[in-house]
Amino acid sequence: MSDNGCGFPAPGLQSFLFKPLVTVGGFEFNKVMLLALVTTVLIVAFFWAAFGKAKVIPGKLQMVGEAGYDFVRRGIVYETLGKRAGEKYVPLMVSLFFFIWIMNVWSVIPLAQFPVSSVIAFPAVLAAIVYLTWVVLTFKKHGFVGFFKNVTGYDKSLGAVLPLVMVIEFFSNLLVRPFTHAVRLFANMFAGHLMLVMFTVASWYLLNSWLVVGAGVSFVMTMAMICFELFVQAVQAYVFVLLACSYIQGALAEHH
Amino acid sequence: MIANLAQLAAEETEQNPLVPAGPELLVGTIAFAIVFFFFWKKLLPNINKVLEERRAAIEGGIEEADAMKVEAQSVLEQYKAQLAEARHEAARLRQEAQEQGAALIAEMRAEGQRQREEIVAAGHAQIDADRKAAASALRQDVGKLATELAGKLVGESLEDHARQSRVIDRFLDELEEKAEATR
Repeated sequence: MSDNGCGFPAPGLQSFLFKPLVTVGGFEFNKVMLLALVTTVLIVAFFWAAFGKAKVIPGKLQMVGEAGYDFVRRGIVYETLGKRAGEKYVPLMVSLFFFIWIMNVWSVIPLAQFPVSSVIAFPAVLAAIVYLTWVVLTFKKHGFVGFFKNVTGYDKSLGAVLPLVMVIEFFSNLLVRPFTHAVRLFANMFAGHLMLVMFTVASWYLLNSWLVVGAGVSFVMTMAMICFELFVQAVQAYVFVLLACSYIQGALAEHH
Repeated sequence: MIANLAQLAAEETEQNPLVPAGPELLVGTIAFAIVFFFFWKKLLPNINKVLEERRAAIEGGIEEADAMKVEAQSVLEQYKAQLAEARHEAARLRQEAQEQGAALIAEMRAEGQRQREEIVAAGHAQIDADRKAAASALRQDVGKLATELAGKLVGESLEDHARQSRVIDRFLDELEEKAEATR
């Protein structure tokens, strides 16, 4: 941390760097990786408890689990892909939603206080999985030529602008899309975390300066940001899954 | 601020937040794969089965309720039909009874009338016969008395002569005619 004149330790990229907790054979295992694995354990444990011995008349835990499951299945997958075509993708979308959501929620959990999805590798992995699914599906559905027609938005009625449209669509769909898909989640969580750190550090810093009132304001802002972040975390998980569904819908769509 | 940017720029050369690190990619993939595997193979089939059962149970219940409703409806209609039939029957019986009663009364009245007429006729016949008997008896008595009286007045017996000449009968017939005419 460099001194920028007043001694305020401004949060920056260093907030996203972690020293390895343990190093096993050259593999540096850090806090983010630990949180990712805890995410997995939590999700599997919760849904195992909820759905492991599912009953026709549900218990409380099963009811909560069903509500979450139903939200993704009916609210996102069926809405975009329809019941018949969508059923196959429900496990993927449910996994994505809860995995992303819990990774995001770590942002406001004491001791963890870091959204796993603000490290690009994690959104990138998920976006890559969706991307691969989409590409493979489009190939399977439309064949080699159909694939290119599909990703380039081939439409004869466009006439002279067709080549231009095709180039743009090609770049947009095949190259930019996975990038934006991952970065949208990453950047939201990254920025949210920066804001939280910023106000938290400022509260502490101002408490020890002549501007004590500022500490209170900053603390209130921290609380407000936590509430806002809780909202953003859920929304980003929702948006990620919704986009994944709409990509798959594009792959399943008949070309005209 | 400028110092901050400079700091960021300096760090960006060693840490680009948009370049994923290999180990993290690996851990992310594994973490997600486990979640996906459990959902795909175990948890979602589990819950789907239960949801399907529940749906079937609910639909079964609804179907049962529908069937019962239909049955209740048909029973109600049956009852209504029976009730209407019974009402109709009762009305018919009442009508019949009324008709029968009227017929009975008319019959009895006719019978009464007939009996009365019979009685009256019998009375008349009786009276007639009595009158005739009385008249004939009277006639004989009157004839005998008149003859006796006339004999006494005349001083001789006219009995045999009178019996033979039938004068008295004729006289009495005349009297009767007169009486008839004056009546």
